Amino acid sequence: MKHLPDSAIGAGISSHGLAIEARGLVKRFDGTLAVDGVDLFVPEGAIYGVLGPNGAGKTTTLRMLLGIIEPDEGERRILGHSRPQDIAKVIGYLPEERGLYPSMKAYEAIAFMGALRGLPIAEGRRRARIMLEENGLEHAMERQIRQLSKGMAQTVQLLGTLVHNPRLVVLDEPFSGLDALNQGKLEILIRSLADKGTTVIFSTHVISHAERLCENIAIIAGGKVPYAGNVDTARDRIPAQVRLETRNTDGPWQAALPANTQKEGNVWTFPLPDNGVEPLLRALIEGDAGILSLSIERAGLHDAFVAIAGETAASQLKSDTAVEMDE
Amino acid sequence: MSESGTSLGRLSIWQAALVIARRDFTAILFSRAFLFFLLGPLFPLAIGVLAGGIGGNIANSDGPETIAIAMSAQDTAHILAARKNLEPVIARDLPKLESLPASSMEPPFDPVHFLATDKRQFAAVLSGSTEKPVLTATSERLQQWHGVVGLICAAAMSGNSLAIPHVAEQHLASSSLSQKRGRAITAKGAQAIMFLLIMLLAGMVLSNLVEEKGNKIIEILAAAIPIDAVFLGKLFAMLGISVLGITVWGSVAILGIGIAGISPSDIPTPAVGWPVFLLLGTIYFAMGYLLLGSIFLAIGSLASTVREVQTLSMPVTMFQVLVFFLASQASDKAGSALEWLAIIFPLSSPFTMLARAATDGHLWPHIAALAWQITCVAVFIKVGAKLFRQRVMKTGKLSPRKRRFFGAGSLLFRNSSARHR
Repeated sequence: MKHLPDSAIGAGISSHGLAIEARGLVKRFDGTLAVDGVDLFVPEGAIYGVLGPNGAGKTTTLRMLLGIIEPDEGERRILGHSRPQDIAKVIGYLPEERGLYPSMKAYEAIAFMGALRGLPIAEGRRRARIMLEENGLEHAMERQIRQLSKGMAQTVQLLGTLVHNPRLVVLDEPFSGLDALNQGKLEILIRSLADKGTTVIFSTHVISHAERLCENIAIIAGGKVPYAGNVDTARDRIPAQVRLETRNTDGPWQAALPANTQKEGNVWTFPLPDNGVEPLLRALIEGDAGILSLSIERAGLHDAFVAIAGETAASQLKSDTAVEMDE
Repeated sequence: MSESGTSLGRLSIWQAALVIARRDFTAILFSRAFLFFLLGPLFPLAIGVLAGGIGGNIANSDGPETIAIAMSAQDTAHILAARKNLEPVIARDLPKLESLPASSMEPPFDPVHFLATDKRQFAAVLSGSTEKPVLTATSERLQQWHGVVGLICAAAMSGNSLAIPHVAEQHLASSSLSQKRGRAITAKGAQAIMFLLIMLLAGMVLSNLVEEKGNKIIEILAAAIPIDAVFLGKLFAMLGISVLGITVWGSVAILGIGIAGISPSDIPTPAVGWPVFLLLGTIYFAMGYLLLGSIFLAIGSLASTVREVQTLSMPVTMFQVLVFFLASQASDKAGSALEWLAIIFPLSSPFTMLARAATDGHLWPHIAALAWQITCVAVFIKVGAKLFRQRVMKTGKLSPRKRRFFGAGSLLFRNSSARHR
């Protein structure tokens, strides 16, 4: 691929080191546009987040990347191959709608998922036992899936996704349904995969997961990707905010504050001026504003999301997260 | 975009089908459904035994088939003596005779009134005299006893000097007529057993698929292996189960025959002989199952609940019953256009040819029929797998007309994908 978008180039991505390249993916269902021209460029060995509210087109995009459904338009290359099915042995996939055979024993379920990806069943069983032990589930090894708790079954499925040591792991809403403890464990697992050189792409509607784990993200809303690239670059789209606390609330020094400054009591917040804070500091000191504190706060991913995807998508994202917390 | 690098690999369609088949086979083998499957043939057998028992009871409740003799005392004595003399020769066909007391025959004696009112429930009345006997009974009984009553009367008139020559006997294992009848019974029985097994299996494969959709495992399968392999794997797992079932039933049947002391020569031998017949039966069973199973699996891909499966599979089941009747009728009319139609029509072909194997010893029609059936199986599986692929994962593009037709079932990803996650 010769023509990479600016976002990919800006993120330091070259076409040679890409695990996933997708260009102009379009999918319609019964005439409704589900995904509208999505571009994605995921570097090899990266942890890549696809961030968006429910119904934004995340799952459909991931399914198209994996070849589960074919795009109506556009092209994709996974680990250099245009047919993802041809490299199924090196891909691991955890769908959002978790599915396991209820009557299967835990270690058999993991081995079966490995067998689907070409791992001999005996080797799959051996690895499954080790993985279950490593994850503190040795007591569940011989138990049927229907006898496990939801969280344990989810862990079993995740282990099944990884049992064949895939080069690319695709996780659709992996944190969904997990308690805080298991979410933390999953974050550690994802980092350890990336440390071993595995590419991890996951979808989420929880910004904090993407913010903590990813260097690169794609923001998806209404089937489109308004932003794909480095997380820092996304944050930098919003100027850092200066938070100033003064002893005095009035004085000629106020003239030095930018025009769009917001005041709340004796706290002043305004975007970081282009020429920095030094001229302002001089004016505040000379004007005897009585500086109690001054901090420069970099914009968070949430602010960037609001700025990029819009207020509507941001509030939907917030509401999706709240609903999940309630559940 | 151009390909770069070498393929990192995936399971071939047959390897993937084997993984699915192995999982399904093991799962079914250790499930309650398999137990019911094994017990399945017992139900029609039990119904048959019960129905036979009830029929027997009804027949027995009719009472003994006895003819009342309403003649003079002398004629009655001659008649009874004649019957006794004839008994060693034609015992089986002789009716029981009972003389009526004179009090029962007070004039005017009306045999019709007597038969209608007498509590002993005689089947007929023989009145008149030995020279001019009158037999009063229903048409069926008259047909049955007319000759034999005449013979008894003739023997009675001759003063029991009627000479019946000794008939020397030469025993045959079977005549061509009895052989033909026996083979026809074998043909019908084999057809019925095969139909029952196939319907049982097709139902199981369908339930299995619906359960899989309910477990949401299908997306994991579709992401890892060709969806055609899922289709094939399921089909062959069930075939394996059926072969196991047939082995169990066959062993039980052989054991039962042995215990019952039935000699193999008592069972009508099919025209092609038992070994070839059993081999052909297994192959035709596999063909019939694969043809119907591929239709049922394609139907299963349209449905997401058991209720939808029942709705969609009902017409196919009814159709299959009609096909069975077609094959059954065709086997009675060897060489007719109806038989040719039943042989050519793929769904009835295995049934018709199995019946033919029982009644006709030529082998070449089976080779030709199997070639045709294998071709049909390949087409059915290909079309079924395509439909399965299109509907289960909704990846293919259906024309608006097809979409309207197949849109009857609510599909796995109709709701989830349309939410545009």
